[in-house]
Order: sequence, then structure tokens, then C-alpha cells
Amino acid sequence: MTIAPDKSATAETPVPEGHVRLTIDGEEVIAPKGELLIRTAERLGTVIPRFCDHPLLDPAGACRQCLVEVEMNGRPMPKPQASCTMTVADGMVVKTQLTSPVADKAQQGVMELLLINHPLDCPICDKGGECPLQNQAMAHGRADSRFRDRKRTFPKPLPISTQVLLDRERCVLCQRCTRFSDQIAGDPFIDLLERGAHQQIGTAETADVFDLASRTSSGKPFHSYFSGNTIQICPVGALTSAQYRFRSRPFDLVSSPNVCEHCASGCAGRTDYRRGRVMRRLAGDDPEVNEEWLCDKGRFAFRYAQAADRLRRPLVRDRETGRLEEAPWTEALRVAAEGLAKARDGKGAAVLTGGRLTVEDAYAYSKFARIALRTNDIDFRARAHSPEELDFLASRVVGTNPDNGVTYAELENAPLVLCVAFEPEEESPIVFLRLRKAARNKGTKVVHVGQWSTPAVRKTFGELLACVPGGEAAAIEGIAEHATDLDEQLQQDGAVVLVGERAAEVPGLFSALHRLSSRTGARLAWVPRRAGERGALHAGALPTLLPGGRAVTDADARAEVERTWGVEAGALPTEPGRDTAGIVAAAASGELDALLVGGVDPDDLPDPALARKALAAGCFVVSLELRPSAVTEYADVVLPIAPVDEKSGSYLNWEGRRREFSVTLEGTGALPDCRVLDTLGVEMDADLFTQTPEAAWDDLSRLPTRPQRNGAPDVPHAQPPAPGSGQAVLATWRQLLDDGSLQVEEPHLAGTARRVVARLSKATAEGLGDRVTVSTGRGSVTLPVEVADLPDGVVWLPGNSEGSKVRASLGAGHGAVVSIAAGGER
Amino acid sequence: MNTDPLTPVLTKRWLSPQSWRISTYEKLEGYTAFRKALAGTPEQLVQLIKDAGLRGRGGAGFPAGVKWSFMPQNEEKPHYLVINADEGEPGTCKDIPLMMADPHSLIEGCIIAAYAMRSHHCFIYVRGEALHCIRRLNAAVREAYDAGYLGRNIIGSGFDLDITVHAGAGAYICGEETALLDSLEGRRGQPRLKPPFPAAAGLYAAPTTVNNVETIASVPFIVNGGADWFRQMGTEKSPGPKIYSISGHVERPGQYEAPLGTTLRELLELCGGMKDGIPLKFWTPGGSSTPLFTAEHLDVPLDFEGAAEAGSMLGTTAVQVFNETVSVPWAVMKWTQFYEHESCGKCTPCREGTYWLAQVLERMVEGRGTEEDIDTLLDVCDNILGRSFCALGDGAVSPITSGIKYFRDEFLALCQDARERNATVPELVGAQQ
Ligand SMILES: Cc1cc2nc3c(=O)[nH]c(=O)nc-3n(C[C@H](O)[C@H](O)[C@H](O)COP(=O)(O)O)c2cc1C
Ligand code: SF4
Ligand code: SF4
Ligand code: FES
Repeated sequence: MTIAPDKSATAETPVPEGHVRLTIDGEEVIAPKGELLIRTAERLGTVIPRFCDHPLLDPAGACRQCLVEVEMNGRPMPKPQASCTMTVADGMVVKTQLTSPVADKAQQGVMELLLINHPLDCPICDKGGECPLQNQAMAHGRADSRFRDRKRTFPKPLPISTQVLLDRERCVLCQRCTRFSDQIAGDPFIDLLERGAHQQIGTAETADVFDLASRTSSGKPFHSYFSGNTIQICPVGALTSAQYRFRSRPFDLVSSPNVCEHCASGCAGRTDYRRGRVMRRLAGDDPEVNEEWLCDKGRFAFRYAQAADRLRRPLVRDRETGRLEEAPWTEALRVAAEGLAKARDGKGAAVLTGGRLTVEDAYAYSKFARIALRTNDIDFRARAHSPEELDFLASRVVGTNPDNGVTYAELENAPLVLCVAFEPEEESPIVFLRLRKAARNKGTKVVHVGQWSTPAVRKTFGELLACVPGGEAAAIEGIAEHATDLDEQLQQDGAVVLVGERAAEVPGLFSALHRLSSRTGARLAWVPRRAGERGALHAGALPTLLPGGRAVTDADARAEVERTWGVEAGALPTEPGRDTAGIVAAAASGELDALLVGGVDPDDLPDPALARKALAAGCFVVSLELRPSAVTEYADVVLPIAPVDEKSGSYLNWEGRRREFSVTLEGTGALPDCRVLDTLGVEMDADLFTQTPEAAWDDLSRLPTRPQRNGAPDVPHAQPPAPGSGQAVLATWRQLLDDGSLQVEEPHLAGTARRVVARLSKATAEGLGDRVTVSTGRGSVTLPVEVADLPDGVVWLPGNSEGSKVRASLGAGHGAVVSIAAGGER
Repeated sequence: MNTDPLTPVLTKRWLSPQSWRISTYEKLEGYTAFRKALAGTPEQLVQLIKDAGLRGRGGAGFPAGVKWSFMPQNEEKPHYLVINADEGEPGTCKDIPLMMADPHSLIEGCIIAAYAMRSHHCFIYVRGEALHCIRRLNAAVREAYDAGYLGRNIIGSGFDLDITVHAGAGAYICGEETALLDSLEGRRGQPRLKPPFPAAAGLYAAPTTVNNVETIASVPFIVNGGADWFRQMGTEKSPGPKIYSISGHVERPGQYEAPLGTTLRELLELCGGMKDGIPLKFWTPGGSSTPLFTAEHLDVPLDFEGAAEAGSMLGTTAVQVFNETVSVPWAVMKWTQFYEHESCGKCTPCREGTYWLAQVLERMVEGRGTEEDIDTLLDVCDNILGRSFCALGDGAVSPITSGIKYFRDEFLALCQDARERNATVPELVGAQQ
């Protein structure tokens, strides 16, 4: 909660425009019009007890805990008023529990009533020790209860999803959870059922099972990517998570601020750990970014770092047995350095970094490539990518930040947001929440250029501009002519266009967006899916860019970097390097002698089969990894690195906002990538000055951004693919909850993933039956069919879900032509 | 009072054969008022209702003309008129008889009121259990459409109005006007936070006025008779006729129309006095949510001011009469069980408070109460009254506080009995099985 500076005032203080003067507990105060009494009092330091009130939810006035006495125009109001629903007014006189015996008794009375049906099982309740009910009962309640009769009981707990459990006896029916679901997330997750003392929270399935309610709610589980927030805002222990339940007491936990590593939203959070083990994550309070929310992935997916197979010691492949064997750091580093140096001096070594690095780590790779490996063969894009995208990133994205680029606040105030090849709820959930908030509270119009009316379209009160996958560029080019309304709205002040990672798979799309934005004045922002992409772009982990957006082909820029890095003039390679696909192809065909790979899954790459071939082709592979992976399988040297909780660093979120975090778990011995590379550099006679993330950042900061704003992409849009009979065009993107490697070890979370289905239009699905098999020459995927409003001749598949690994199985992506056939009965 | 208390207005057609038919209605002056009304302006009508001093008959007595004037003058959003025919207050039995006997008086009232508030859609939210009444209303609405009194361009006036009869969802709270609107929209009936008030954002967030059946059925008479005529009945601040529903221990329970301000003594005369001559013990002036009266209050004028001055409320003029055979704690327990059952659950004081109160009263009536319980009852009532979200919670404590106020001895006696009985019970915990 934000506590603004004390605004205590005297009669002489003039009341600024849009403000009123009132008295609270005898003290004069000036407050902005529309402010709720409970907040004004809080600014004065008086905390009025409350349950249903939440600053980000619409007022409800349901619990009646916050009653105060109010006098208007010299007349006392006959009843105490709920301070969480009443706004300030000029001349109002308010008496809180501090000065009004009536308010105090009213509050004590409500508290006593709240407790009559409460089980008072604090000793076994997760919330005990951090419970608003417990705390406020101590502060504003009576020591004993006069209640001598039967408490209302319910079977418990009631699982309302695999992750969230409900204890209806503890519930104080404040409706925070239901209001959150309804107002913020827009998911029909839970609602109030029954009435009177039988009123309870429940789901559609629990509704008619008054007596059977102890059963697991089977059948249709609710779907919300934001359900964990209800646990956090529940003022009692009525909602608990399967993950954290009974694991710890709040007072045994140590808390440390964190930044979420899962996507480019950049959420501030809090990590709670006990005895070196992370027990839970909570949302932090960052009004500029995630407000007080987190998506469930950010909240629950952290146990990957606790996996039993975590790499803790370096591994070196034994020449004789061909097996990876544990080795001391010194030996492993020496072997790695020798192999890389040899390759550098031979056909060359290249670097693949993946999109999950901190800025500092990405910078270390970027610098290592340039001065230790003397190459520009480096690319963070472990996904479909294109040279057009490189131009776009260099000319429009690198260097943007909250001071000069699009921000969350701007989304909230935009008259129009156009989402292109971007599925906000799946790819950047907090951007999605902000879009929904904007649409719900301020009437922002949200238009989605995509293939079907996804839940996000509905929940942002949005409009779908449907096109065939691969036809997005043509659709954007057609706006001026065919969607004049939209074109006009794009010209409004504050209009924003958001584009996602999938745009790299649509030739001409970035170019079309650049032209659209230049023509209409709409601001354009890129929302990558992974947390590390913006940082890696800034750090220069790309074949064409040095740190700060400097072009590798720009001699002045190179000279500046050489000076800053203290290397000889002319030491930096001058030619653009290979991109990810180029590196993979070169390695596969024996044109490279070594690969340095940091956290890349071959199945994420555009051509997983070729990537495996490249790894197996016999070049020297050094892998920096957390856990055994497809890359370590082929690696000659594996160097273990630290997960986020065990290191410090920062991410740049999609806004280009730096999100810094410090070490949560100290002293685990795990090293950040930048430190490993720094030492490896020393072995190769290259000084990176990235011993610590702090040092790496300082070093990078000596190269302030100097982006080149020319060279915007200019690729003509391709004709959308035309499928033949028995074929369809593939639309695909990843679900927020899927088989991503950072979601392992979390079955409760996995249980809340969306159902894995293939979507087709009614006409396209005709004759296919219940299941469809989607295939390419590489392989096939068979899934249940769900009919949706896609264009005919299109099939949508989730990108990386159980039974639908599009890249790995089909070797194809968004916009590819695939075959479809009946998938047979289950 | 200038008019003979027995000259009926609202109920004058009730005894005619087939009084619910449009033909009967039209023979007896029906559908004459709305013609006059449609010839005037909305502003004139609002002023007329203000001048007549018509006060809401749903319980709170809010001046109807003033409420109508809150509706915006523009028509940027559709305006809705919603008729509250949920009639849930215990003892109240006037709206349903009115709609059964004379549905067209309500429909004609709706046309006039809708015209005055620039509304083109009126909903009648009828208590769901009153199936027969819903059928009758639907038939009457059809008759009115067939006669051209509803629908497009009513009698060539250019005014359009549709009426939808909606079967309520079966909860007392759905009579509370904002809960009613939620229920009408298809949600769970729970009261809404005000502001915004219905006139600003009511049904589907559009300007809405909610009025009781009897309020609206009074309107055609005012249009025909004029404000002065209306004011001849009743009192200065509470003018007009009123249907008193009299139930309980009287010779002839039923609906009795009389001017506002009539006393129970007069009403008892109309309904034949106390049943079998057994003396009066206590009564409610306006349903169970209004504090009890006793024989002391036989001469309290039953209008909004009179009832309030005597420490109760006029409510819905649901006069429930109890003779000396009835135990006050028992009756209070039954009422409290009703409120416990009907509390919507939204707010803590009412939800938890009624749950608690009911258990204490049940225990007392079973002979397991203590004197301390009486203090607890009163204090819990104090923590509910004026602390709840809506007036249901306030109503719930009325029987208890007034019951203890006038009949504390009866509660004490129950506890006394309990103490004596308990005195013979072995003290040793666990000595009994
Ligand atoms: C719990 C509760 C139940 C109510 N039930 C009814 C009802 O059944 N019928 C009714 O007309 N008014 C009822 N009311 C009053 C309405 O809220 C509202 O005041 C009334 O419909 C307004 O109409 P009027 O101004 O014509 O009286 C109830 C109020 C409360 C608090
Ligand atoms: S479950 Fe928690 S948040 Fe939801 S209504 Fe109950 S107490 Fe409030
Ligand atoms: S007083 Fe509270 S619980 Fe009772 S009916 Fe009104 S809102 Fe519901
Ligand atoms: S906090 Fe104000 S009513 Fe709940």
C-alpha cells in the first residue's frame, strides 16, 4: 500500500484545486477529491481495520470492519459509515476508533462477529503469523468471545484447482478473491454461493455439492493464470496453495525482494526462504509495473532450481569412456579454455546464449565472444528469428526505456492498443492485466491481430482482426485502406502497437509495423516472451550489434568499444556474425570448431533436428547449464551456473526498465555465468572485468546506449501461404503454462494449464472427427479438436505443451503449411 | 379526516365479478387516467405526484414524486421503471391481492409513471412463489397490449412502453431494491453499494426507478382525482389511502383499506375485533422488521410519523396481531430464524449476527438460556443495528430489542426456569453420559 507523505494541514493552508479539507480525529487534512476515507486516515498514520478493502479492487463495503463516525455540514450521520466506501468531502468531520467510542465499539462488534464462526485454528494455519484477521483481532477485538453456541462447519479443504485449496471455515467472506477474479483477472474462477451463514466461496462444481463438498472438484477445473493472487490477498488462511501448505511459518522465513525470471513483464516479487531453500514467492508492490499481482508461473515455478539433478560441479568428458565426469573447476576451465582457443584459432567458435540471461550475464557472453573468441557469431535468439527482426531491434527497440518508450502507464492511458502477433495473456501476463485494466476502467480499445478469439480478446473487451498465419503483414498493410476507423484511432495521441516474438516468423511484418507507426504516429513496442531478451539486445549478444546498440560495422563505434574495453585498436571483428540459424547450420556442416552454449534447448530452435546434428557434428561444445539438458548430452565441458535465487543481476523488461535484484540465497557456491566466463576469459588471456554482476554492470555502463536509428527493416510482405487440400496453415504460440523447462517439479501448477487442443474452424474441422493429426515430413502431432473462430484452412497448436511440441515434432512454426487428417478416436 | 374511512379507493373494484379483466376495469373508470396523463408533460406529472405527497408504500415511505425527479431529463441511456412486487416482509399481504384483484390499476400506473420518467421499458418483479399472480399479471399485460395500451405508439400518443413480468428468485433480500436489480439482471440477489443510486446507474447501469406496487397503483387515482382530493385522505405528511394487511388473532384477517393515520383500535373494529375475545398482547405495525407494539399503542395513528414517534415504523402496514396465548420469546425466535435464513450473507453483522441471535433464542426457548444471554442478545443487536450493509440487518433486530423492551420478564422467566432446572443437575462434568 502506498503511503503518501503526511498532509496534515491547518486552517490557513489553502486547499489546492481538486482537493478538499476535512478533519480526522481532530486533525485537519487536505485530501484529493474522490479519495476514500480509509486511505486519507492512513496517510495520517491511522490504520482503520479492514478486510474487504483492497486499493486495487472496487470498493465493496461488505465486511463492515472499517466503520467510523462521520459528520457532514455539522450534522452527525445517524449510523457509523464504512470508511472504505465513503469518499472525502469538504468540511467532513471524521472520528475513527481513536476518538470515537461508537466507532471503536462498532469495530469490536464486527470483529467478534467475524470470529464466532471462525475455527481459530491459527496454530495449524499457513496464514498464522501474517494474518490480517489475527493481527486485527489482537488490535481491535475483545479478548474473549461471548459466543457459546455451535459454529458453522464445512468439510475441508476443498481443492478448487490443483494449486488452490479452500477452507471455507476460515473464510470471512470479504469477497476479495471473487472480486479479484472478476475485476482484475476476468476469470470465472470462484464466486459466492448460498446465502446467510451458509454463504461460501465455491466454483461451478461445488455449487450443488453442499454435502459432497469434501470431494475433489473433478471434471472441469477452473482456468486462471492468476489464481495465486487470491491466496495472497485473502486476509485469512482460507485460500492456501498446495505448494506451500503446511511447509513453513511466516516467522521462520527470510524474505528477499526478487524480480521474476519467467517473462519480460519484469514483475517485482518477494522470495521467502528457510534454511537455504526457497519456500514460496509472493508479488511485490510496484505500481509502475506489476502493481500487486503476479501470474501463477511467476509465483509457483521456482522449484526447477531445487531439482535433484541440479548440476553442482563442473563436468568434463572423459576421452576414453566418452562419459561426463566430475572435475575440479581449475581442470574444467582449463579444458574449456584450451578447446575454445583452439577453435578460435581454427575455423572459429560461436556463442548461443538463449533468452533467459540477466543483462550482466548476457554482457559477459557478448564481451567474451568479441575478445576471447574474436567473433561476432553470437545470438541470444533461441527461437525463430530473421534478419528483418535484427534490423527492427537495432533501429526501433534497442535503447528504449521508460523515459522515451512505451510504458505500462502509457498502455493504461492509451485510447487504442493494437496487439500484433502477440498473445498477451500467454506471453506477458502482466501486460495483459494492464490491458484489461485499461479497457475496463478507461475504455481503452484493444484490437488483436491474430487467428482466433482467444480468452485474452474477450477479457480485454477486445476486437479480433483475424488473418491467416503469415498474413499479418498484409493485414497491417491493409489497415489504411480497409480499416479506416482503426487507422484513425491509430493516429490518436497515445495510441500504441505491441508486437510479439512471433512476428519474426512473418516476413515483412516488422517492416509493415515500422511503416504503420511512422505513418500514423502510433508508438511501437516489442514485447518479447523471455525475460532476458531485452537485456541481451542491450548487451550486444547479437551478430550485428555491440553493447548499447552500436553496429559492429560502424568503425567509430568499434573504436569506442575497443577503447572502453582496453583492447588494441582493430581487435574487434568487423564483419557481422552469423545469427542463430547461421551458427547452427555452420556447426552442422563442420564450418565451426566450437560452440559455447548458455542455457539453450535445441527444441526451441527453428530447426531442432539440425541443432542436434550441429551439436553432434564433432565440434567442441562448452555448455553453461543449471541442469542436464540436450546440450550437456553432447558437451565436452559442462560448467554449472547459478539460478536467479543464488545470484544478483538485472533484467530489462519489455519497457527497457532495469529490474535489479540481489542474491536471495547467499553462499551456495553457485556462480553466475558472468563470473564463470570471466575466469574462462582469464584462462584465454582475455580480461572481461565481469567477476561479479555488479562489476559487469559497471563495465557495461561505460558504454551508454548509442543506437543507430537508421536501417529500419524494409522487407516486402509475402503473400499469405495458400494450403492445398488436406493441408492447413499452422498458427502456433506457446501457452503460459506448458512444458517449459523452468516449470518442472511443479505438478500443482501444471494442473492449472489450459487444456491442450488443436483449434480449427468449423468448416476445416469437418470430417476430422474428435481428433486431428497435424503432420509435416518431420513428424506429427495428434490432439483433440476444438472448434473456434479461426479462418478456414488454419490449424492452431500450442507450441510446447504435453503432446504438442510443435518445433520438435513438426520442425515447423507459425505460418508453415502442414497436413491435417482425422486423428482417430481416443 | 374528511372522507369516510370506509370509502375504498385502491380496493374499490376488488369485489366486482372478474375484477381482473380489462373489460371490468374499463367499466369502472379504468384506463381513463393514462389518457389524461399522456396528454400532459412528464414534468407536470412529476409535479402532480409531488403535490399529492404520495409516499412509497414499499416500507421506507420515500416521497414518490421526489424519487421520480431524480431521473435524468435526457435519454442518453434507456430509462427503466421497475415495480417491486416481491412482497417478502413477514405479515405483508397487500401487493399480491392487489395484483390478483386489480392488475390493470398497476399497469395503468406503470404507463403513467413510465411516461413521467421517460422510460420505455418497465419490469414487474414478482415474488417467484406467487405463480398464480404472475399468470394473472401476464394475462392482464396481454390484454393491455391487445387494447393498444402497451407497445408502440400507445393510443396514438407517440409514447412506447413495454412491460415485462419477471418471476423473482425467491429470497427476501430480492425485495431490497438494489438486490432486486441484481436479481433481475440474472445475478445473485445481494444489495449494491450506493452511490451510484438507481436513478444514476440502476438496471444494466442505466437510470432506474424502483417503486412498490401499491405506490404505482395509487397513481391513476391521483391523476383522476387530483392532488387535493388525495390529500383529503390521511394526514398532512402521510396523505392518501393505504391497504393494511391484518393477520393473526383477529376475527376477520385480511386487507383493509383505510386512510393513513388510522389506529389499530379502528382497524380492529373493521376486522371484527380480537379473535374469540382473547385480549391483545403485542403486534407489529408494519411487518416483523418494525419494532413491536403492545396494547398500550392501540391509539397510535398508523402513518409514517405516528408510528415513528411511538418508537416503531409504519413499514408495509402489515399488522400482525398476537393475543395473550403467544409467548414473546418464542415469536421473536421464529422471526429471528426467518432473518437468519434470509440474510443474504454479504455483510458480517447481519450474516453472523443473525446466526448467533437465532441460536441464543433457540436455546432460551428450549430452556437453556441464562440472564447473561439477554444482555448478549441486546449487545449483539446493538452491533448489528446501523452497522449492516442494508436494512435487512436493521429489521432483524427489531423484534428482539422491542420484545425485550416490553416483555423482558418473559425472557427472564425462561432463564429462571433454566437455572432452577440446572440446579438439580449434577455438577460433575462427565457425570452424565
Ligand atoms: C430486506 C428488504 C426487503 C424489502 N422488500 C421489499 C418488498 O418486498 N417490496 C417492496 O416494495 N419493497 C421492499 N423493500 C423496500 C425497497 O428496498 C424499496 O425501498 C422500495 O421498493 C421502494 O419503493 P417505494 O418507494 O415505492 O416504497 C425492501 C427493503 C429491504 C431492506
Ligand atoms: S476466501 Fe479469503 S479472500 Fe475469499 S472471501 Fe474468503 S476470506 Fe475473503
Ligand atoms: S444486512 Fe448485510 S447480510 Fe444482511 S441482507 Fe443486507 S447486505 Fe445481506
Ligand atoms: S473494509 Fe470497509 S467494509 Fe470491509
